[in-house]
Amino acid sequence: MYNQNSLDDNLSIVQKIKNFDYVLLISILFLGLISGFTMYSTDGGELLFHTRSHIFKFSIFFSMMIFLSFFNIKFWHFFGYIFYLIILLFLIWASLYGIKTSGSQRWINLYFINIQPSELMKIAIILCLSKYYHRLQIERVSSFKDILTTLVILILPIILVLNQPDLGTAILIASSGLVVLWLAGLNIKYFFYSFLILIISMPFVIAFLEPYQKLRILTFLNPGRDPLGAGYQIIQSKIAVGSGGLTGKGFLKGTQSYLEFLPEKHTDFIFTLFSEEHGFVGSIFLLLIYGVIVFRVLWIGTISRSYFAKLFCYGYGSAIFFYVSINMSMVLGLLPIVGSPLPIMSYGGSSMLATMIGFAIVMSAKINHKQLIA
Amino acid sequence: MLRQDFSGQKLQVINRRMFIIGVAKIVIFLGIITRLFSLQITENKKYLTLSDKNRLREWRLPPVRGEFLDYYGNIIAGNIRVYQLHVIPEQVENFKYLILRLKKILNLSDKVFSKILKKKDIQKPWETLIISENLTWEQFSEINYYLHDLVGVKPVLSVSRDYPFKENYTHVLGYVSQANESDLLNNEIIKNRYVSGLKVGKIGLEKTFENVLIGTNGIQRYEVNAYGKRINQIEYKDGVKGKTIKLTIDSEVQKLCNELLNERAGSISIMDIYTGEIVAMHSSPSFDPNLLLFGISQDDWQLIRNNPLKPLTNKTLTGLYSPGSTIKPIVALSALENNVISTNFKVNCKGKMEMYGQTYHCWKKKGHGVVDLKNAIKQSCDTYFYEISRKLGVDRLNKTALKFGLGEKVLKEVFENEKKGLVPNTKWKKDNLGVEWVLGETLITGIGQGYIQTTPLQLCLMTAQLANGGYKIYPRIIVEDNQDTFENIKNKMDQNAKSALEINKELKETSEQFFNFINKKKHHTLYRNPENIKFVLEAMFSSTNEVRGTSYSSRIKNPKYQFAGKTGTAQVKKITKRARELDLKTIDIPYEDRDHALYIAFGPYKKPRYSVSIIVEHGGSGSSTAAPIAKKLFKLLIDRHEAREKIRTQGSLKI
Repeated sequence: MYNQNSLDDNLSIVQKIKNFDYVLLISILFLGLISGFTMYSTDGGELLFHTRSHIFKFSIFFSMMIFLSFFNIKFWHFFGYIFYLIILLFLIWASLYGIKTSGSQRWINLYFINIQPSELMKIAIILCLSKYYHRLQIERVSSFKDILTTLVILILPIILVLNQPDLGTAILIASSGLVVLWLAGLNIKYFFYSFLILIISMPFVIAFLEPYQKLRILTFLNPGRDPLGAGYQIIQSKIAVGSGGLTGKGFLKGTQSYLEFLPEKHTDFIFTLFSEEHGFVGSIFLLLIYGVIVFRVLWIGTISRSYFAKLFCYGYGSAIFFYVSINMSMVLGLLPIVGSPLPIMSYGGSSMLATMIGFAIVMSAKINHKQLIA
Repeated sequence: MLRQDFSGQKLQVINRRMFIIGVAKIVIFLGIITRLFSLQITENKKYLTLSDKNRLREWRLPPVRGEFLDYYGNIIAGNIRVYQLHVIPEQVENFKYLILRLKKILNLSDKVFSKILKKKDIQKPWETLIISENLTWEQFSEINYYLHDLVGVKPVLSVSRDYPFKENYTHVLGYVSQANESDLLNNEIIKNRYVSGLKVGKIGLEKTFENVLIGTNGIQRYEVNAYGKRINQIEYKDGVKGKTIKLTIDSEVQKLCNELLNERAGSISIMDIYTGEIVAMHSSPSFDPNLLLFGISQDDWQLIRNNPLKPLTNKTLTGLYSPGSTIKPIVALSALENNVISTNFKVNCKGKMEMYGQTYHCWKKKGHGVVDLKNAIKQSCDTYFYEISRKLGVDRLNKTALKFGLGEKVLKEVFENEKKGLVPNTKWKKDNLGVEWVLGETLITGIGQGYIQTTPLQLCLMTAQLANGGYKIYPRIIVEDNQDTFENIKNKMDQNAKSALEINKELKETSEQFFNFINKKKHHTLYRNPENIKFVLEAMFSSTNEVRGTSYSSRIKNPKYQFAGKTGTAQVKKITKRARELDLKTIDIPYEDRDHALYIAFGPYKKPRYSVSIIVEHGGSGSSTAAPIAKKLFKLLIDRHEAREKIRTQGSLKI
């Protein structure tokens, strides 16, 4: 039957390298390449700060990912809660001593680097919950005590992030956590009830929203109500994408971004710029790469034998999917504007770091997919 | 069995649920693709247009206005270079600071200053704000000196209207001034070509020919960024200068007219009796239209507006005057044409005549004694004309007067404010005043008083159409290609005279048919018998060149300059019995009550070419005030005739 040896904990370096998932690796590398060129375009066709910094960060974090991939999946399992707790502490730190920029307090100064712990929390929450459910009997998943525990794990960082305030990241953390709860087998009726409660409490939630957040929702419902103010971003983004046409305006020729009509073109609206320059064909191609990455991660989940690895891969694959679809829907005017970066493409170190850590764990799961965790 | 660290049920749940979200993901991805498709493929055109609208911005440059030339090609309304100061508000960091700096440097008054600020609020931030339209050289160099710390300020060399002949052409050309809201609303072309500071014709020929004068805008198309900053010039298109318009007017004669009227209220018009070309047309007093170009000061404007001599009115076209005795040639002609009298008809003038219980006075208290028609015209005997107009009746007089150009606009659409005047008849009075015509009114109409009202230009046309032998002419003030030449017109007149004579023999002379036939032709005859015209002209000659003629003292003996004319003295106020007894001198009467002095003339008598009409408001008698002006005019007019002919033949060669 099965070769027991292959279940051994320790693989040699060569075996590990052989077990690397090259489809995922190449896809990420390819995405990194595209992101480099796109960033070059946002800088107006010059090798300026954003481009250089982005390429630098990608190289560093990509190498880091490969390095981290060599850690056994058991290490990540062991590290799960600690990682979560550290990030949670960071979040508290951020809320107390964080760096204030343009009305929000998201950053902490780690002396050698400034990071945004909320971005890392997107990974930490999946890791933590995966570990939590790893051992849990299916019967206990929907028990009151466990639901309470998981809710605490989930809600603590969300409150901290909402408090920064950073609605976009909070939503992404919540959806990452919820998808893990869903996959772990939490009774459907709870999802149904909480959905009902959400709908009913909507008016009260809106009452508590910051004025700018309310404005964003109103603007989403009708971008034309204030075309030069709140609706400006979404209108300009749609113009940019729409004017791209089938094949786009060409590399470095996106007038909307070049002439600075596009807001936040380095970060949240990078897809708009890409889509303007490369058109429908380019956008489908980019979407395809993301599709390959997402479904490759999910596939690694299916071949993983440990429940922890499986749950993490499913959870992380779904999370990437959320990042991508929320970001794209947002710039295409399908969702209100909430700050949410496009993984790898958007400029931002913390987001890149978190994404790469996630890929490292997935890669580790792939390398050790036969590994069981006691 | 395969070792696993979790139960089979757990696996089942996770796989089932993964499958569900897997499907959901594919659906959502497809949704995003659909959205991309709809934006980029279906609605691509719409967004492409929006993107171009975002990035491209057009700047219209001011059009260059066409010029006006006189008959000799001198520029009478041109364009000169002016130094202007422009600011584009959106390119200025601190507008308030800048504008205060400029106020100090240019020494702007508070009024001008607040006007500029108001204008800025109305305009779009990328539109040029004109701080000053006409900088002096000192101001211009001062600005250039400080330019380095006046970011956003542009000293510009621009063109502006200029009227080198100053007050001489004011009423003919009108003037230009900043386009206002009603200009934009009423004229689509102005609206389409509007740029900040655009000046358009407000009155006169400048207004009439606005659409051809205005020229087209040059266009600069720039790619701009989100902040409106110009990035690249994509396109530059030169504008086309407006059409140059040549007038029939002779500046030398026009200038003389102004000098001769010498700030008195009045008007002089001179016409070529064949071609209908207006050689001069002046209304006095006038004013310098250059004053209005850059905004006239309130004081200057009030001075012009409140002047009792009304410099703003174009008296030649809109002034309505009783023609006085200048109507007598037409009355005489009408009487002859209608066979009411013969040339030998005589009346005994006793200085006044009683009729219908009223007394009608002749201007000469002692009376003229027994006068025939020729002498009646020569000495302007009122009694004689009372008598013949009584016989003629106002309706027949009305027809003749209309035929010769009274009661109708002379230049038709060329001047929008030209007046029609009024030649009364019985029907007119009944329709408009609701009262029957009284015979006494016929008598005073016969000496050009009462309801009858004419413009000076109408009198000029009337004289021209008499002087050319009684042919219809078509007055014009613009020189255009393919206009009828003098020779052509003369030929047509001769032909019409011949055919009129032939038809006259065949048909009976009063037949309506005959006139309908004649009227269809250009330059048709206005007479029934050419001898009648000839007689009237001879009578006018004697009035000027024979002893006891009313304008004898203004005659020129040299046959080269010799002219013939008819004086007129139009009463402004009914002369009371007391005033008649006092017989005051003109100078003793209050200005507004003095008579208007009129004179119509044509010359040179042997081969007439020009007709003149002169009116001096409240100038006293026609013979003392108006006729001497004609003497000086004919001198210059005939001296310049050769030069004019030269231009004319050269012009026709060109065609």
